[in-house]
Amino acid sequence: MAMTASPDRVLDAEALRVELASGFPVIDEVSLQLSRGEILGLVGESGSGKTTTALALLGYSRPGSVITGGQVTIAGQSVLDLPDAARRRLRGRLVSYVPQHAGQALNPSLRISAAISDVMRQHETRSRADVMAVLAAVDLPASQAFARRLPHQLSGGQQQRVTIAMALSCEPPLIVMDEPTTGLDVITQASVLEEIRRLREQIGAALVYVSHDLAVISELADRIAVMYAGRIVEEGPAATLLARPRHPYTRGLVQSIPDHRRPTRQVAMPGIAAGVEDRPAGCAFAPRCIQQTPVCSEAMPALITLTAGHQVRCVHADETPPVTLGEERDLRAAARPSPVLEVTGLRATHRSGSETVVAADDVSFELGGGECLALVGESGSGKTTIARCLAGLHRPDRGVISLHGDPLPDRARKRSLAQRRAIQYVFQNPYESLNPRRQVSDELARPAQVLRGLSASAARAEVGALLDRVRLPARAAGRYPSQLSGGERQRVAIARALAAEPEILICDEITSSLDVSVQAAILGLLADLRAELGLSVLLITHDLGVVSVTADRVLVLQQGTMRETGSITQILHTPAHPYTRQLIAAAPVLPVPVTESGDGQGKRRAISKEAAL
Amino acid sequence: MITGVAEDLDIKQRAKRRLALPPTLAGKIGLIMLAAVVLLALAGPELAPYSPRLTVGAPYAPSGGHFLLGTDVLGRDVLSRVLFGGRTVLIYAGLATILAYLAGLAFGLFAGYLRGWPDQALMRSVDVLLSFPALVFILLVSTAAGQGIIPVMVATAIIQAPAIARIVRTATLEQSVRGFVEAAVARGESAISVLRREILPNIARPLSADVGLRFTWSVLLIASVNFLGLGLQPPAADWGLMVSENWGGIGANPAAVLVPAALLGLLCVAINLLSDSLAGGRQWQ
Repeated sequence: MAMTASPDRVLDAEALRVELASGFPVIDEVSLQLSRGEILGLVGESGSGKTTTALALLGYSRPGSVITGGQVTIAGQSVLDLPDAARRRLRGRLVSYVPQHAGQALNPSLRISAAISDVMRQHETRSRADVMAVLAAVDLPASQAFARRLPHQLSGGQQQRVTIAMALSCEPPLIVMDEPTTGLDVITQASVLEEIRRLREQIGAALVYVSHDLAVISELADRIAVMYAGRIVEEGPAATLLARPRHPYTRGLVQSIPDHRRPTRQVAMPGIAAGVEDRPAGCAFAPRCIQQTPVCSEAMPALITLTAGHQVRCVHADETPPVTLGEERDLRAAARPSPVLEVTGLRATHRSGSETVVAADDVSFELGGGECLALVGESGSGKTTIARCLAGLHRPDRGVISLHGDPLPDRARKRSLAQRRAIQYVFQNPYESLNPRRQVSDELARPAQVLRGLSASAARAEVGALLDRVRLPARAAGRYPSQLSGGERQRVAIARALAAEPEILICDEITSSLDVSVQAAILGLLADLRAELGLSVLLITHDLGVVSVTADRVLVLQQGTMRETGSITQILHTPAHPYTRQLIAAAPVLPVPVTESGDGQGKRRAISKEAAL
Repeated sequence: MITGVAEDLDIKQRAKRRLALPPTLAGKIGLIMLAAVVLLALAGPELAPYSPRLTVGAPYAPSGGHFLLGTDVLGRDVLSRVLFGGRTVLIYAGLATILAYLAGLAFGLFAGYLRGWPDQALMRSVDVLLSFPALVFILLVSTAAGQGIIPVMVATAIIQAPAIARIVRTATLEQSVRGFVEAAVARGESAISVLRREILPNIARPLSADVGLRFTWSVLLIASVNFLGLGLQPPAADWGLMVSENWGGIGANPAAVLVPAALLGLLCVAINLLSDSLAGGRQWQ
C-alpha cells in the first residue's frame, strides 16, 4: 500500500528480504515506515526474524545470511545501494543500534568516556567535552569520575544507559533498539523505559523498538508491527491493534500475556512456530490457527488494509473474534491447609574468597498441602538460593527446613530416600537442565529407578504415561533434547520431576527463558497438574503476571530479606510494603482491553470480591 | 507398545551413531590415512620379503634391485624393517596414551567435581609435574629404572597425565553447574554415578580432540627416546629407531630415514584430522 511520503518520514523500508546461504528466507516482504518522533514496536517470538529485521535496517546481515531484496531509505538516504564501507560510515550518524545485552556489548577494557567518544570521533561531529552532555542526557552522572569507570563498575541499568548514550551521541534521526531491557530487573526496566520515553520527547528521533514482550512494547510504542515466521502479519496504531487484534496470531499473543491486575487462567495458543527451513507453504500460522480453512495453505495471504494504517496478513481477518480473556481465578482463600514444608530462620550465604554475600537472612515461611506459594523478587533477592537450600543443593548457615515436621538434613545426599523423593526441583533453563547425551526415555526413567526403587523395565514402562501427563506425544521418548523446542524441553523437565511422584514441586523461573505463548501453555499445565495430583508448588519468579496466573500466596523478597507475605489478592491489590508497591508499579502490562465483557467491570468485581472477604 | 517402540528406536539410533562416519571431509581423509597406516603396521610382517634382523646386502645400498627401499646401516632390508616397525609404535604409543588418559581422567574428574581442598591438592601436585620438561623426565625415569621400553612408556604416560587432568577438570567444572547434574545430585546419586552418567558423556566430545594430540605426542616422545638410544634397543625394528640408526647414511640411502619418518608423520596427521572431526571442530567441507 502506498503511503504518502512526507518530509517527516525518517525510515522507509520496502519489501526487505534476508536469505540464509541455503536460499531460505529468514525474513521476507518486510516493509516499515516511521516518521520523526515516532516509536515503532516490532514484536515477535524467538525465530520470528525480528532481530534480522532490526539489523537489516542498518544494512547489516549476520554471517551466513544475505540481504537479497528490498530498499531501506533513512532520511532520504538509500542504504542498501551503498557498498559495505559506506554503510558503515552511516551507522551512528544516520542510524544507530542499541544491543540487547549491554554487559556483553560494551568493551570491558574501554572506559565509558572512551566508548562514547569513539563513536563521536568516527564521525567527527562533536568534541570530547560533549561526552558529559550525552551522559547527562541519559540521566547518568555527568562527572569525570563517572566517565572514567569501566563497564564492570556499572550496574546493568547503567550499562544499558551507556549503550543508549552511544547510540545518541551523533544524534541520528533513527535508533534501532533490540530488546534493550530484556536482561534487566522489572524496576530497572521501568526506569530505562521511562528514559526512552523522555528522550523521544526531547530529541524527537524515530525509534524502532524490538521486543518479544508485547506488554513492554504497549507501554512505549505508537505503532506496533507483529512478526511471525519472517513476515509482518499485522501492523497498526498501538491502541487499535491491541484493543482489537485482527490477526489470529496477534490475538493469541495478547491472550497469552498474564496481567497481574486481573488474575486469570491464560488461553494458550496450540502448537509451536516452525523453524526457518520448515515453514509451511501458504500462511505460516495456518497449522496453529483456529480459523484455518483450505484457502490458508494455498498461498501466502497479502497484507490487506483494514483502516488507515492498520494492515493484516490474513484472509479471514474479519472473522477474528475479539480478545477473550481467560476465566478469572477464584481467589477466595480456602481454609489454610496444614503445612507440608516449614522453613524457620533460614540464613544462606555465598562465599567467594574472603567476601561473603548474604543471599537469605532470617527467612521463614510455610507451604501448605496442595498450595502454590510464590517467592517474588528481583535478581539477587535470594529466591533461587532459598529454593536450592530446600532441594539440598546449597548448605544454609542457619535455620531449619522441616518436611511434615521432621527437620531435613542440609545435603541431598544425607536425606532419606522418601525425603529426596518428596521435593523435586524444576530448573530455570530447559536448555541446561536435560543431559544432551541422553534420550528423553532414559532421562525420565532414572528418577523412578533411583528414588522409587523400580526396576529399569518398570521405570521405562512409565515413560509413556509421564509424557502423556505433560501433554507430549509418545514419540518424544526416543528424542534427544536438541531435537526438542524450549517448551518441550521444559515439559520433559517437569515430567522428570513428576517421575519421582513428589509432594512438592519447586519451579525456579521455569518460564523465564520461554516465549509468552509457550509460557501460557506451561503455566496451564502446572495448574492442571496441581489439580490432578494435589501437588504443593513453590513458584520462584520475578514476574507478577506469572504470580497472578498461578500462585495462591506470595512472599516478597528483597536482598535476602522478607518484605511482605500474604494472599495473592492482598499482595496484588493492597500491597503494604513500599517495595511491593514499587514492583507492582514497574510491572509492564497491556492497556486494559475494551472487550464486550468489559474488563473495567471485571476488575471492579475482583476488588469488591476481595473487599467482601 | 509405546515404550517398545521407543526402545526399538533407541537401539536403531544408537547403532546408527556408532557406525557414523566422521562428519567432515577432513575427518574422512584422516580415517582413510589412519586405516592405511594401521593396516601397513599390522599386516606388514606377513608381506616383508626379508627378516628385519638379517643383514642381506651392503650397508646403505640405494633403492632398486632386490631392495625396493635399499638397505640400512647394517645392510638390512629397509622395506622389511618398515613393514615390521609399525607395530611397536602403535602398541607403545597407544598404551602410553591410554594410561595417561586413565590417570588424567581420574584426577581431573574428581578435582573438578569435588572442588574445595581435594581440587587444590590434586591440582597443585599436577602443576609440579607440569613444570617438568617432558623429555628430561622420561630420560630421568628410564635411566633410573633401567633401559627398556616399559619405563619409557610409563614415563610418557605420567608426563602427559597432568595436561589431560587440567583439561578434564575445566570441562568437568563447566558441566557440574548445569541443571541435569544438579538434578542428579538432588536425587542423591553417588559421585561415581554422576561422573559416569552425567558428566563423562558430555565432556567426551571436547576431549576427543585432545586424544589425537596426546597420541601424537606419545608417538613422537617414544620415537625421540628411541632415537636417543634409550627405550627400544637395536636390533628391534621401529620407525623411530630406524630414523636414529640411519641418520648417518641419509646421503647414501635417504629412503632409510625418510620413509619411516614420513610414516610417523602420516600417522600423527591422520589421527589429528580424525579426532578433530569427531570433536565437531573445524568444518572443512
